Amino acid sequence: MSIETISLSGRKKVVSNKEMSFLERLYLVAIVKGLYITIKHLFKRKATIHYPEQVRERSDVYRGQHMLKRDEQGRENCTACGLCALSCPAEAITMKAEERKANEKHLYREEKYASIYEINMLRCIFCGLCEEACPKDAIYLTTSKVLVPSSYEREDFIFGKDKLVMPLDMAMKNAQLKNAN
Amino acid sequence: MKVTIDGQSIDVEPGTTILQAARMIGGDLVPPAMCYYSKLKGSGGKCRCCLVEVSKGSEADPRPMPKLMASCVTGCMDGMEVNSKSSDRVTEARKSVTEFLLINHPLDCPICDQAGECDLQNLSFEHGNPKSRFIEEKRTFEPEDIGPHIQLHMNRCILCQRCVQVADQLTDDRVHGVLDRGDHANISTYISKAIDNEFSGNMIDVCPVGALTDKTFRFKSRVWFNKPYNAHRECTTPGCCGKTTVWMFGGEIQRVTGRKDEYHEVEEFICNSCRFDHKNVADWTIEGPREFEKDSVINQNNYTRKLEKVEIATEKTILMGRDEDRKKISMAEIPLNNNDKNS
Repeated sequence: MSIETISLSGRKKVVSNKEMSFLERLYLVAIVKGLYITIKHLFKRKATIHYPEQVRERSDVYRGQHMLKRDEQGRENCTACGLCALSCPAEAITMKAEERKANEKHLYREEKYASIYEINMLRCIFCGLCEEACPKDAIYLTTSKVLVPSSYEREDFIFGKDKLVMPLDMAMKNAQLKNAN
Repeated sequence: MKVTIDGQSIDVEPGTTILQAARMIGGDLVPPAMCYYSKLKGSGGKCRCCLVEVSKGSEADPRPMPKLMASCVTGCMDGMEVNSKSSDRVTEARKSVTEFLLINHPLDCPICDQAGECDLQNLSFEHGNPKSRFIEEKRTFEPEDIGPHIQLHMNRCILCQRCVQVADQLTDDRVHGVLDRGDHANISTYISKAIDNEFSGNMIDVCPVGALTDKTFRFKSRVWFNKPYNAHRECTTPGCCGKTTVWMFGGEIQRVTGRKDEYHEVEEFICNSCRFDHKNVADWTIEGPREFEKDSVINQNNYTRKLEKVEIATEKTILMGRDEDRKKISMAEIPLNNNDKNS
């Protein structure tokens, strides 16, 4: 067998360029065949859903939008140690640390906290290495259960602490759940 | 005198300690040291991290030493044979010493400014146990303010007494030392009095843990986000060499330290004016990037070579993108510093 005729995939077909017959030149048979396939699909189950009104069921380890967790007392876990930014292969995370004041003990768990914490969602590849690197259980991609919404403006993809930190009522609910158990 | 450490022989002067001989050979067999500091007289013998096994005392008396010896204070003898890394006894002992050192050390590395250049981190990474067996409460001290330059975290202190020796040997009168005993032992309250001295900032550099850190750098950045450069300036303070490492973030000097060698000891001590008061790039002559051990976290995301921009003869929009997309969109609160000449 020569190299021209060999088929490594097993799907190689030699295209013929033969003259079409009269019946074939009418294209009627071909149109009916094609319409049959189209109509057949009308009666099949749809492959698409109406996102975001409908949401597909996701795996527990699905990685969506990041969430900066609070502990049971509603304090932020993040101490701005910078390990997430260090591990981030896309360099999407920036932060600025600040020292906790004496009257902020109910807001932040540790002596140091992130006053600015930003994730550039245009850069983020949702690999989850930040979650893996975090020593304080602060950042999770699995808890928010939402996808990062689309937008027209690049500025909208810089997610600050206002979008990332876990809402207080969610932290309260978690605390109640923990106390109930 | 000929000494053999882990099968490698070296000729040393009489009076050399085993640790110094090991450092002359270099490599893996160098015992870790938390308290020994070659620039400080009389340091060593406290932390017991540098334990080695002497399998042959000397040519004259070939009996092995019964106990493991602290290599930083044990002098070499002619014909001595020492096992450091190759001995299981030593590995086991260092593991236990590390566990002892970590008993009262708070595990607040994510907060600590020393993280990334901490000797105790390196030690526990190499010799430590990932799981702590200590279930009691760690001892804590009241936080103490010791002035505008140096931050003291007594909880993190491992009592190596290097800072006491710095005060003893670099400054005229030492006013701090170790007070109390046993579990309560701490560097004394009079440490704040030593802060006035022009060389007190070296306590930060000699501290192997994060007990003494730079207050002007406190929580500013993590060490691995900074780019270290060798720099020097004409320093008028007597006794100061003016040769430092400046840690830059963009075009901004975040902190200044002494130049540390491979054993994390400063090459020369610097004065407080260099360390704390000169954070302006114009004050310094920058020599070039400072290199660190290959596996140091400080090398992360740093490029010691200057990277030239690749020029391709094509349209500007292909190379650079649209102008409206090239503006800074993250960290809106912090202005972009455009005078960054090193990036």
